[in-house]
Amino acid sequence: MTTKKKGPTLSVHDLRTHFHTKAGVVKAVDDVSFDVKGGQVMGLVGESGSGKSVTGFSIVGLIDPPGRVVSGSIKFKGEELVGASEERLQKLRGNRIAMIFQDPMMTLNPVLRIDTQMTEAIKAHRDVDAQTAWEEARDALGQVGIPSPEERLKTYPHQLSGGMRQRVAIAIAFLNKPDLIIADEPTTALDVTIQSQIIHEAQTLCRKTGTALIWITHDLAVVAGLADHICVMYAGRIVEEGKADDIIDRPLHPYTIGLIGSVPSHNKRGQRLNQIPGMTPSLLNLPPGCAFRNRCKFDDGECLDEPGPTRPVRGRSVRCFHPQRMEVTS
Amino acid sequence: MTPMVETKELTKRFVKRPDLAGRIAGKLGANVHEQVVHAVDGVDLQVAKGEVVGLVGESGCGKSTIGRMIAGILEPTSGHISFKGQNVDELEGDEAQRAKLAVQMIFQDPFASLNPRQRVAGVIGEAPLVHGIVPRNELNGYVDEMLNRVGLDPEFKRRYPHQFSGGQRQRIGIARALAVRPEFLVCDEAIAALDVSIQAQVLNLFMDLREEFDLTYLFISHDLGVVEHISDRVMIMYLGRIVESAPAEELFAKPNHPYAQALLAEVPRLDQRKRDFHPIKGEIPSAMNPPKGCHFHPRCPHAFDRCRTEAPALKEIAPGRLSACHLNDNNGA
Ligand SMILES: Nc1ncnc2c1ncn2[C@@H]1O[C@H](COP(=O)(O)OP(=O)(O)OP(=O)(O)O)[C@@H](O)[C@H]1O
Ligand SMILES: Nc1ncnc2c1ncn2[C@@H]1O[C@H](COP(=O)(O)OP(=O)(O)O)[C@@H](O)[C@H]1O
Ligand code: SF4
Ligand code: SF4
Ligand SMILES: [Mg+2]
Ligand SMILES: [Mg+2]
Repeated sequence: MTTKKKGPTLSVHDLRTHFHTKAGVVKAVDDVSFDVKGGQVMGLVGESGSGKSVTGFSIVGLIDPPGRVVSGSIKFKGEELVGASEERLQKLRGNRIAMIFQDPMMTLNPVLRIDTQMTEAIKAHRDVDAQTAWEEARDALGQVGIPSPEERLKTYPHQLSGGMRQRVAIAIAFLNKPDLIIADEPTTALDVTIQSQIIHEAQTLCRKTGTALIWITHDLAVVAGLADHICVMYAGRIVEEGKADDIIDRPLHPYTIGLIGSVPSHNKRGQRLNQIPGMTPSLLNLPPGCAFRNRCKFDDGECLDEPGPTRPVRGRSVRCFHPQRMEVTS
Repeated sequence: MTPMVETKELTKRFVKRPDLAGRIAGKLGANVHEQVVHAVDGVDLQVAKGEVVGLVGESGCGKSTIGRMIAGILEPTSGHISFKGQNVDELEGDEAQRAKLAVQMIFQDPFASLNPRQRVAGVIGEAPLVHGIVPRNELNGYVDEMLNRVGLDPEFKRRYPHQFSGGQRQRIGIARALAVRPEFLVCDEAIAALDVSIQAQVLNLFMDLREEFDLTYLFISHDLGVVEHISDRVMIMYLGRIVESAPAEELFAKPNHPYAQALLAEVPRLDQRKRDFHPIKGEIPSAMNPPKGCHFHPRCPHAFDRCRTEAPALKEIAPGRLSACHLNDNNGA
């Protein structure tokens, strides 16, 4: 495999993943584009149902019927993955591309010991002897901060705490030094001190190995501390993207502005919070036009049309007819 | 002044039966016992009328267990709870009933606490009718009023809970609690399951209702930003014990207890960019087998000999501030 050092590790263009359900079409991901470079952390932020996981699953080729990637392109180191054979995708998964899920049991097999699972993950993709694989597994556990890794290798998943299981899942994701890791809310169910440990470990490993990392979360504050670049999703589309500092300090899209404005630390203690009115729309048979329209105070006749993303300027782009400027002071 | 709610030496132990894997291991001759979880371990706390007290701490430290005991839906193993100065175990008849209704609980998952087969009108109206708070001929108007108060269209009352979004269901849950005219609300992760953009709406509702109905809150949450915003005072728990209690502003400005310091340092914040994460080390120990002495000592960067043997008492370190750490003795006396 030849690596083109310059180009992005992952380039997603115009991706549309729809679910054709009995009740109608759910446009879970609709015209999504972004790039991630090696060693970079991209934060994919949005509330539940906005299409973050479906984006991640589309990249690793794990969309099941009634869902389907209906159009667009996903290029991994130059290779087109949309339409690639299941055989090829299987070869990439767990080797060059890894995914970490909110529930570590999506990765772990409950009836196998940790050592078996880890050495098999290595041997499935590389030709190494059992001893080498075992040593690699042990070192990988040590790297994610698991104390006495030799002991832990002998345990079954149910004998570990939630935080410990998630660390094993992360260790497995990094085993074959993948070029791309997609982490889908891996710390959402964990306590802050454990969350902080896990982010620390993922961050260190990426810096060391040059892996591109997509960190999916609903919590802007988490990616503020972690990501280089942030994409904000709303109702299946990326409504705003840019450098982390730009998004958080100078948001342009009315949704991002509302979200950041409602964070308690941007409000006076004990006072009512700035709030975004209304509810997130159902993606089933979404009406045409801007999906944020029913909650937006800048909405006008123009917004009945569908806004496209502006042309990126230094990686910054917004999908809105009336982008606003808000200087955030905290 | 008499606190609205006070607990003395409040304790809850659960006996945990071994799980399936444990039982199998036991059958095969392994040494498997019934284990005792010290969910809440001798907690003294007070909440004054009108106060909003935040209760924070990591998963499993006993927050919900305290909340459920105060709300009267879980029996303490030992210790007692007073409501307006009266031990609730000693209340009888009408008085006991009134004290029970006065404390209501709002849960994380609004759906789990709503009967899916009951229309919204019944969900909200049943308890006030049964308890004689509202006569039947005024019930309809009363339910409308409750729905209005929580920002829902009274027309919704004919629908079933599953026909609503998470935020709307939480509003229905709040309306149901308000309908029995409570004075004290225990909110247990009441906004945790909601979408980010809906959390602010429901938090605002809690703040409005506090003014309107003169409510007192025990606000349980793992979200420290939210707790800092809404609380007058904050209590931090670790493995069944309260380790620090202080006015919110003072606590967040200058936490005293080493665990409180570590916890506040780890909270993700919008104003921290590309930070290097330097987390505190170690796992949260199991509540079945808590470390001796100070429960925090295996993870504490300041632990010394005394910490490993003697549990620090929760003591006043400044007016209105309590902390349970031996370091305060060394510095103080
Ligand atoms: N019914 C029960 N039987 C056995 N153990 C229980 C029971 N309820 C709670 N526990 C245990 O008591 C301890 C405290 O639980 P509790 O639910 O109060 O924690 P919490 O602080 O609310 O945690 P979380 O943040 O996860 O909600 C935990 O170790 C828990 O496993
Ligand atoms: N198997 C499925 N069938 C139908 N709709 C689905 C399916 N999986 C996901 N969706 C829909 O796709 C949208 C995006 O979901 P998802 O990507 O999981 O959101 P999130 O941003 O919370 O990760 C949601 O509206 C969801 O209901
Ligand atoms: S396109 Fe219009 S409705 Fe949509 S966010 Fe922009 S101003 Fe608001
Ligand atoms: S008592 Fe000792 S171990 Fe506990 S918090 Fe204080 S210094 Fe740390
Ligand atoms: Mg998801
Ligand atoms: Mg709880």
